[in-house]
Amino acid sequence: MYSKDYSSRKNIIIGVFILIALTFIIRLFYLQIIDSSYKLSADNIVLRKVREYPPRGLIYDRNGKLLVFNEAAYDLLVIPRQMKNIDTSLICELTGIDKPTFIKKIKKAKRYSYYKPSTFIKQISKKDIGSIQEKLYQIKGLYIQTRTLRQYPLPIAGHLLGSIGEVNNRDLEKDNFYKSGDYIGKSGIENYYEKYLRGKSGMSIVEVDVHNRVKGSYSNGSFDTIAIAGQDIYLGIDAQLQLYGEQLMQNKKGSIVAIDPQSGEILALVSSPGYNPNLLVGRERSPNYSKLLNDTLVPLMNRATMGTYPPGSTFKMVNALVGLQEKAIGKNSEFSCKGQLSKPIKCTHDHETPLALSGAIEQSCNPYFWNTFKNILENPKYDNSHTGYSNWYKNVVSFGFGKKFKTDIPFEVSGNIPNNDYFDKVYRGHWNALTVRSLSIGQGEILVTPIQLANLSVIIANKGYYYSPHLLVQMEGEKEDIMPEFKEKHITTIEPDNFDIVRDAMLDVFEADHGTARWFVLDSIKQCGKTGTVQNPHGEDHSIFIAFAPMDNPKIALSVIVENSGFGSTWAAPIASLMIEKYISGKSQRTALEKRIMEGDLIHNSKNE
Amino acid sequence: MRNREKISGNIDWVSVTIYISLIVIGWLSIFTASAGEDVTNLFDISTRYGKQLMWIGLATVLAIVIMIIDAKFFSTFSYVFYIGLMLILIGVLFFGSTVAGSKSWFKIGGFAIQPAEFAKFATALAMAKYLSTLNVDMRKLKTKVISIGILVAPALLILLQNDTGSALVYFSFILVLFREGFSGLILIAGIIMAILFIVTLLFSELYVIAALVLITFILIFIVKSLRRNWKPIFGILVLSSAFVFSVNYAFENVLEPHQKKRINVLLGIEQDLRGAGYNVNQSKIAIGSGGLTGKGFRKGVLTRYNFVPEQSTDFIFCTIGEEWGFIGVTVLIILYLILLIRLVILAERQRSKFSRIYGYGVASILFFHFTINIGMTIGLAPVVGIPLPFLSYGGSSLWAFTVLLFIFLKQDANRLNVL
Ligand SMILES: [Zn+2]
Repeated sequence: MYSKDYSSRKNIIIGVFILIALTFIIRLFYLQIIDSSYKLSADNIVLRKVREYPPRGLIYDRNGKLLVFNEAAYDLLVIPRQMKNIDTSLICELTGIDKPTFIKKIKKAKRYSYYKPSTFIKQISKKDIGSIQEKLYQIKGLYIQTRTLRQYPLPIAGHLLGSIGEVNNRDLEKDNFYKSGDYIGKSGIENYYEKYLRGKSGMSIVEVDVHNRVKGSYSNGSFDTIAIAGQDIYLGIDAQLQLYGEQLMQNKKGSIVAIDPQSGEILALVSSPGYNPNLLVGRERSPNYSKLLNDTLVPLMNRATMGTYPPGSTFKMVNALVGLQEKAIGKNSEFSCKGQLSKPIKCTHDHETPLALSGAIEQSCNPYFWNTFKNILENPKYDNSHTGYSNWYKNVVSFGFGKKFKTDIPFEVSGNIPNNDYFDKVYRGHWNALTVRSLSIGQGEILVTPIQLANLSVIIANKGYYYSPHLLVQMEGEKEDIMPEFKEKHITTIEPDNFDIVRDAMLDVFEADHGTARWFVLDSIKQCGKTGTVQNPHGEDHSIFIAFAPMDNPKIALSVIVENSGFGSTWAAPIASLMIEKYISGKSQRTALEKRIMEGDLIHNSKNE
Repeated sequence: MRNREKISGNIDWVSVTIYISLIVIGWLSIFTASAGEDVTNLFDISTRYGKQLMWIGLATVLAIVIMIIDAKFFSTFSYVFYIGLMLILIGVLFFGSTVAGSKSWFKIGGFAIQPAEFAKFATALAMAKYLSTLNVDMRKLKTKVISIGILVAPALLILLQNDTGSALVYFSFILVLFREGFSGLILIAGIIMAILFIVTLLFSELYVIAALVLITFILIFIVKSLRRNWKPIFGILVLSSAFVFSVNYAFENVLEPHQKKRINVLLGIEQDLRGAGYNVNQSKIAIGSGGLTGKGFRKGVLTRYNFVPEQSTDFIFCTIGEEWGFIGVTVLIILYLILLIRLVILAERQRSKFSRIYGYGVASILFFHFTINIGMTIGLAPVVGIPLPFLSYGGSSLWAFTVLLFIFLKQDANRLNVL
C-alpha cells in the first residue's frame, strides 16, 4: 500500500498560526499605541450617556380633535459619586424637600448605583424648574432631564384612554425595551397600543469635564441615536358626543355606548360616574388614584364594558328574530294575553288582545314572547326541546352575546348566555321551556354588557350583521391596517328580511300613539328604539334603552343604561334621543329636556341610599 | 489506583496550565464587566460572574470525568456522539427557543443550552474515526466526499438555526484535511476563494472576470511551460468565473440583510456607525483606550459604562484590551499561540491515527474561534458572533471547549498504551 508521510505539513500549519497571531499583535500595537484617535484619556474626559426620551404618540378623535397631548416636565437626576462638597440646604431650598427626605433619597440613589444617574425628584413643573436651573451649576452631581407628561384638553374618556405610569419590575423583565423609570401605558388605549405610541428612545453621549460641565457631544454625535417619536392614533370617538354623553350622565350611575353601525367604530363610551383623566397625571397620580379607588361609587370601573345586566325587554327582539328565522312564529302570529293573570309569566302592561308581533314588541307583552320562546324550543323540526334550546343558543351567540369582542376595548367582560350543559347540570338533565322561561323576557341567567346591547342595536340597524365594536380608526405612519380583524364582517344567523317587522316596531316606539318613547320623537330624524326595565332586587329598577337612527341609513346605534332610575322611558330613552340628535344635527334643539337630564341627580337624592 | 497515577503523570501540564490561565483571565473580565460597585457575594448566581463561577466548577467536574473514563470510550462511540448530536440539532430546529435571532437553544428550567457548541467535538471525533479507518485512501474521491459530508451536515443544520458564526467553524477542518494528505491545493484554493469573494463584493463581477482572463493570458504568455498545460489553466479560469457569479448570487439572495450589512461595513463599502459598525467601533475605542499598560483591573471606564455591547460574551477581548493594555493582550495572544502549537506537537506524537486527527481537529476549531473572535473585535473579521474559547461568558461554550480539549488530553495521556 502506498502511503506518504505528510507530517512535515505541521510546519505550514504552525506557520499559519504564527502569522495570524503576529497580524493581531501588529494591529493591536497600531490601535493601542500608535493611533491616538482611538484613545480616550479617562483622566480628563468622562462620558455621560443621556437618554433622549421620544415624545409619545398623540391621540385624536374621529374629527382630528386632540384628546391626549404631551407637556414637558422635568426630572432631577443624581449621580452620587459626583456629589462632593455640596450645599445640602441649597438643594433643599430649591427643591422644597427637607433634610431627612434628602438623606433618604441620596441613600436610595446610592443603593441603585454610585456612578449611574438615578431619579432624585420626579416631574417638576416648567414653572419650578427655572429657579433650579439657575443654581444648578453650584451643585455637582445633579442634572435635569426632560420628560413628558400626558395632558387632556377635555376632561373626558378617562376609562377608554387609560393612563401611563412608570414601568414596574414585571414590565422590565418582560420587555427589555424599557429601562427603569420609563413610562408605559398602564391601561386603556395607552396600554393596548403601547408598542406604537411609545416610539423609540435615543441616547446621546456627551463629554463632561472634571467640573461636571458638558463639553459637547462626544465624537461629533456619531454615536448618538436620535429618539423617534411615537405614532399618533386616531380613534372613532367623537369628542363632542363623548363630552355631551358624560354631561348627560352626570350624577347618574350607568353607561352610554354609541357605535357607528357602518364600521363598528365606537363614537362614545360613557361610564358614569367617571373621572377627569387629568387627575391621573404626574406627581398627583398616586394620591388621586387611591382616592378614586376608595370611592364607593367605583368611578374607576368601566360600566360600559364591565357592567353586566339582564337585558330585560330589549332581549325580546332577539327572541322575535330567532322565532322568525326558525319559523317558530310568523309575523302575523297572534298570542292572547290575560294581563296580570297570564301564565306562566304575567304581563305588566294593559293592552288589547290578541296581539301580533309588531304590537307585542311595542307593548312589550311578556306572554307573547313566552309563547315565541316555547315555540322555538318545541319546534317540531327538532326531536326535543334540548335540541331546540341548543339551536336557540347558536342563534343568540351569533349576535355577539356571551363572549368578548376581543378588540381594543379596555376591560371587557363576556356576559353570559347559559348553554345546554349548564342547565343539564343545574336541573340534572330534567328541564324544558317552562323551566327556563325567564330567558324569553331577557331575565334569568342571561347577562349582557352595555356594549353588547349597543351591538344588538347595530345588528338591527344593519339588518343582520356587525363589525366588532372597536376604538381605533387609524394609526399614523402605517400603510396597512394594523387591525384587519376590525374590518371583518360578522353575519348573524338571521336573514335580512326578518328584521323589517322588528325595525318597524322600533320606529313605532317613537312614532306610534302608544309608543313608550313617543315624547322624544323628532321631525327631522327617524329614530328607532326599544325600552327595557331591569328588575333590581337591591333597589329601584335599572332603565335601559337601545336605539339607532336614522332608520333608513343608520349612522348611530346605541345603548343607554341608567341604574336605579325606574322605567326606561324616564331617563334612558331621552338620553338616547338627545345623543342621536347631537350626533346627527350637531346640537340639540330641546334645551329644556337637555337641562332636565343634565341636572337630574339620581345619586345624591336617591331614595335607596 | 495505579491507573490514576499514570494519568496525572502523563497528562500534558503545559496545556492544562494554559487552559486554567485562560479561564481565570476570562472570569476576571466577566467580573469586571458585570459587577457593580459593591460586591458582597462572588457566588451570587443572579450575576454573570456568579453564574460563570458555577459553570467553571461544572467544567472542572467534566474534565476530571473525561480523564477517568477509558480512553477507548471516545473512539469507540465516535459515531454515536456524532449521530446523537445531529439528531439534537434537528430537534432544536423544531423545539428550540430563539435567543438573539438564532433558534439554537434548548431551555431547561432557567438555563439554556446551545447544542451547536457540542456538535464541534462530536464532528471532530467522527472525522478522526472515519479518516483513521484502516482502508481509507485519501486520494479516492469517495473519501473526499464522505469527509466533506461529515462537515457539511452539522454546518447546514446550524445554518438553518440562523447561527452563521457557529456554522462557519467547520471551515476550520480544512487544516485537518490538509494535514492528512488532501492536496495542498485545498489550502491555496481556500485562500483564492476568500480573495475572490472579497474582490467580487468590492468590484463588479464583470471587472473581476475580465481581470482573471487578463491574468491567465499574461501567465500563459510569460511562463512558457504553462502553454503546454493550457487545459487545466482554462479549467481554473472557468471555475473561478463561475465562483465569482455564485458569490454575487449568494450574497444577494442567501445572506440576511444584517449579515450583508456586516460584511459591507467590514469591507468599507458602507459606513454605519449606528448599526453593524457600532459594536466594532465601540470595541476599537475601548481597546485603543487601553494604551500600553491598560487602565488596571476594574478601572476600565468604558467597560463599566457598558460602552461595548456583548462585552462579557463575544466582545470580552475588549475588556482585556482596555484594562490590561497592549501588554495584556499580547500575553493573551501568546498564551493562545503556545496552546495551539502545543496541540499540534502533541498530535504529531500520537501513535494512533485517530488521536492525531482528533488533536488536529481540536487545534483547528480553537484556532478558528481565536481568529474570528479577536479579528472581529479589532475590525479584521466580520462580526459573526462566536465566543472566545475558555474566556467568553456562557456555560455551553465553556463546557463544549472543555470536553473538546480534555478528550484529546486523555488520548494523549494514554498514548503509550496504544500499540
Ligand atoms: Zn300582554
